[in-house]
Amino acid sequence: MNVVIIDYNMGNLGSVRRSFEECGAQVTCSQTPSELRSASKIVLPGVGSFYDGMQHLNTMDWIQEIRQAALVEKIPLLGICLGMQLLADHGTEGGNMEGLGLIPGKVEKLSPPSGEERLPHVGWNEISITRPHPILSGIQDRDDFYFVHSYHFRALNEEDVVAQTPYCGHFTSVVAHKNILGTQFHPEKSSKAGFRLIRNFLSL
Amino acid sequence: MLKTRVIPTLLWKNECLVKGIGFDSWRRIGSVLPAIKVYNLRDVDELILVDIAATLEKREPDYSSVSEFSAECFVPLTVGGGVGDLDVIRKLLLSGADKITINSAAYENPEFITQAAKRFGSQCIIVSIDARRKSDGSYECHSHSGTRSTGREVGAWAAEAEKRGAGEILITSIEHDGTMKGYDLDLIRHVTQKVSIPVIASGGAGCLNDFYAAILQGKAAAIAAASIFHFTEKTPLEVKEHLRKQGIHVRGTHTDQPGKVGA
Repeated sequence: MNVVIIDYNMGNLGSVRRSFEECGAQVTCSQTPSELRSASKIVLPGVGSFYDGMQHLNTMDWIQEIRQAALVEKIPLLGICLGMQLLADHGTEGGNMEGLGLIPGKVEKLSPPSGEERLPHVGWNEISITRPHPILSGIQDRDDFYFVHSYHFRALNEEDVVAQTPYCGHFTSVVAHKNILGTQFHPEKSSKAGFRLIRNFLSL
Repeated sequence: MLKTRVIPTLLWKNECLVKGIGFDSWRRIGSVLPAIKVYNLRDVDELILVDIAATLEKREPDYSSVSEFSAECFVPLTVGGGVGDLDVIRKLLLSGADKITINSAAYENPEFITQAAKRFGSQCIIVSIDARRKSDGSYECHSHSGTRSTGREVGAWAAEAEKRGAGEILITSIEHDGTMKGYDLDLIRHVTQKVSIPVIASGGAGCLNDFYAAILQGKAAAIAAASIFHFTEKTPLEVKEHLRKQGIHVRGTHTDQPGKVGA
């Protein structure tokens, strides 16, 4: 089992690596796109803006390799936080930008209905499971995960939504489209429930 | 429902866990690593880890220690102290930090906040403000572990930090810090009124009700504390149980955590 974490200079790589190792995975943090070809699982982490994220992926020649690995080789891919958002067709954070186009949808800013809900959405919040999926095996409705973001993934197809979270109304917190998955929260920082999700991903 | 976070703060200096009173009279109270292990085991909401000597000693943070600490920490870890440029942030993130606090460097170069938020995302950047109350009742920002006055008014600075892209504000009352006489609620309220980003209240927690007051009256989104956890038998879990009884939404005071098996 070789888990490749995509290092495109965006984010808390150290944290992600350690949590996957803690779950028993052999992990490579890679800046070399061709290394995806030998991956058994791929993780696209990310902290930062959509625009910068896509720019970095582009400059470092990741985009074609990611699309090939996910769509043709069908290697399970997990996008975390910004990494999940980049799976979409389009984003607006930091300027209009095309995404990886792996799960139909777009990424928009959350809109707080009142002064009570502040942005960014930071902290522990629950998920409500909208569709059973192996990535959520053993995880219950209302389990808490750690979030830190201001934008959210608006999926075009309802069947790609696996869980939602109540904030600024409801937003999509887990997406799944065939072998391509994404969590808006940080499983690597979500304690036991997060480890459970990582193990579920590793056993896909 | 978003939960209110209870965050232990760990201050360290030369590999020792320390705690002062009013940012002075620092006492060694143990080692950092065992404290992190205990808090991780207790599944706290988040941890703040600040190297209080780095800026004063004009050096970068000790990345290898941060790596060692973060290896034991599977809850969100915010790291600060000595964060003077973008490269320091990048190295701290590689060392396992999830969020970064910026304090002293931002006063000399406010553009640093803008650049950091643009480069790493607002959600990663916490602007930490150490405040002292002046005789006229206003609050002034202090840098370099509270040793230098900056001439900046706290509310205005918090608003500027938000405008420049900070994702959260960590507000600490220098006078209340370490006294355990309660948070400076006026200060916290002053800041939460000035910004629309989440505010973490810090400095002065001494009993369970202090936390509740910071949330209810101060409108803090999260509450940080050190002395009460170091010097009394109170734990973050007890704080959260107390808050839950008062109707505040908190995380994980129930025991049937799924995913526990083999975790």
